[in-house]
Amino acid sequence: MSPPKANPYYAGRKRINLLAMGLCYGATVFGLAWLVMILGTLVSNGLPGLSLDLLAQNTPPPNSTGGGLANAIVGSLMLTAIGVGIGAPIGLLAGTYMAEYGRHSKLTSVIRFINDILLSAPSIIIGLFVYGAVVVPMGGFSGIAGALALAVIVIPVVVRTTEDMLLLVPNPLREAASALGLPRSLVIRRVAYRAAKAGLVTGVLLAVARVSGETAPLLFTVLNNQFWSLDLTGSIANLPVTINNFVNNPDPNWKKLAWSGALLITFAVLSLNIAARVLGSSRNEK
Amino acid sequence: MSSSEIANTATVDKNGSLARARVLRSMRWGDVLFESLTRTAAISVLVLLGGIIISLFIGAWPAIKTYGFDFLTTQRWAPSLKPQPVLGALGPIYGTLVSSLLAMVIAVPVGLGISIFLTELCPHALRRPISIAIELLAGIPSIIYGMWGFFVLGPFLAEHFQPAVIDFFADVPVLNVIFAGPASNLSLFNAALILAIMVLPFITAISRDVFATVPVVLKEAAYGAGCTTWEVVWNVVIPYTRVGVIGGVMLGLGRALGETMAVAFVIGNAFKIKASLFAPATTISAAIASEFAESDGLHQSSLILLGLLLFVLTFMVLTAARLMLMRLERNQGK
Repeated sequence: MSPPKANPYYAGRKRINLLAMGLCYGATVFGLAWLVMILGTLVSNGLPGLSLDLLAQNTPPPNSTGGGLANAIVGSLMLTAIGVGIGAPIGLLAGTYMAEYGRHSKLTSVIRFINDILLSAPSIIIGLFVYGAVVVPMGGFSGIAGALALAVIVIPVVVRTTEDMLLLVPNPLREAASALGLPRSLVIRRVAYRAAKAGLVTGVLLAVARVSGETAPLLFTVLNNQFWSLDLTGSIANLPVTINNFVNNPDPNWKKLAWSGALLITFAVLSLNIAARVLGSSRNEK
Repeated sequence: MSSSEIANTATVDKNGSLARARVLRSMRWGDVLFESLTRTAAISVLVLLGGIIISLFIGAWPAIKTYGFDFLTTQRWAPSLKPQPVLGALGPIYGTLVSSLLAMVIAVPVGLGISIFLTELCPHALRRPISIAIELLAGIPSIIYGMWGFFVLGPFLAEHFQPAVIDFFADVPVLNVIFAGPASNLSLFNAALILAIMVLPFITAISRDVFATVPVVLKEAAYGAGCTTWEVVWNVVIPYTRVGVIGGVMLGLGRALGETMAVAFVIGNAFKIKASLFAPATTISAAIASEFAESDGLHQSSLILLGLLLFVLTFMVLTAARLMLMRLERNQGK
């Protein structure tokens, strides 16, 4: 019997296979290369500006030297904390309804569908919505409006992970608790939540990661502020919009600060992503 | 037992059952309260969607009343024209559709290639790190893509890539119009490329997950019949997962259509439609991001109308994506 190599048809198939698999390797390298290039640019442009001043001083006026991003960083932390503080409980409760009380109801499948749409809805649309629903009635840009816009983005993320994680909790756990006479709400809070804790935290972390880099919904809800302000009813400085304004300006000092801010924000978001993933996978392996 | 002792136990019993009844009643109230709380939260998700649509519609109403259907067919965008601005959405709609479709043309083959690599070729130890690295691309904030596209990618493409392509197609009819000069730092093509990188992780993640649903026996049977890896992928894996892959692609498309900051940085904000992909253009989201803060009156209303159009567009694409993914799940008997 002749070896299959001698068959020209087989050789052709092997060549096609080799070519296709080579292209798959190439695609992977292509994908990873972007990550390396973007992170490389961030580090090389942002690292020189990293210093204690960045955290200690406020954003400088144009055409000056020095300064930092303290007000923007604090503002961003505040907006994110309030946004998640409003959005996460609503998302948790909604996800709880879908997985526990209304698991087989029609309402749940409708909500799941709508939630998935909201999950991928363009964030600038959320900004427009909050502008119309909060900024115009309140008569001006405000920190509250920005935090609400972030909350609207947080809700679908948390709803999705909460429902998924609670569905993973085995039913015998709930049945055992019910058999001991525990009312439904306590079964959920004391048993189901506890069993799904890591997953629920993962969802909230992912939501924090998602909103901390959001720029578009803040552009016309909080605007930005050159100065230190903790007043939620007025404009508040925040990192994404500060980066957006500084990077579009010819002032080299502003540009340097923008790159440092970009480095900070990216690494914060990526660490949150990785932390959420590690937490999520340690749960799944159990 | 004396009679007083009996009376004592009776009171204890009575008190105990009373206390238990009280606790049970409060628990029942707690139950009702918690359930209605969760149901309210769940319904608020629906209210949110309704609120978004109503709020956009109210904001867009003056523009709808003034321009009607002409808004969709007019290319001119002159917000400061007196006495009344002339505003048409054709440019942003064209830019949105072309940049997103071009992004998919780039991202789909690459995303599928990466998924094939991850499921068929990659050594087990590297599988997780590489998947995570690709997924991290989705974690990088949009504005960072914009900055990087503006300062690094744009100048590089304008200097090295675009002139070469323009020269290469200079004598080919049709293509010499699509790839016409001059090279530009800001262009529709750059926006599409950045969008492609941004949606790549979504397409990769979903197609990798649906590839993993192919029963191993099916693949083994094909390998047993003498198929090469590529033939197994092309004839078994992809046909089996087609609906899911298309769902993932639509999901990516939904993302690309609404992407804002990255595009606003690199597309050049030109409302006039040019045939060349290397010319500046604009998208709906980029137009809103760059003009909304300084707009008022009819101009602002028109920008909100653009937002409404974008929402309807992404809504349709995402609905189609979800329906396809749901069909796949049903077929699996989940």
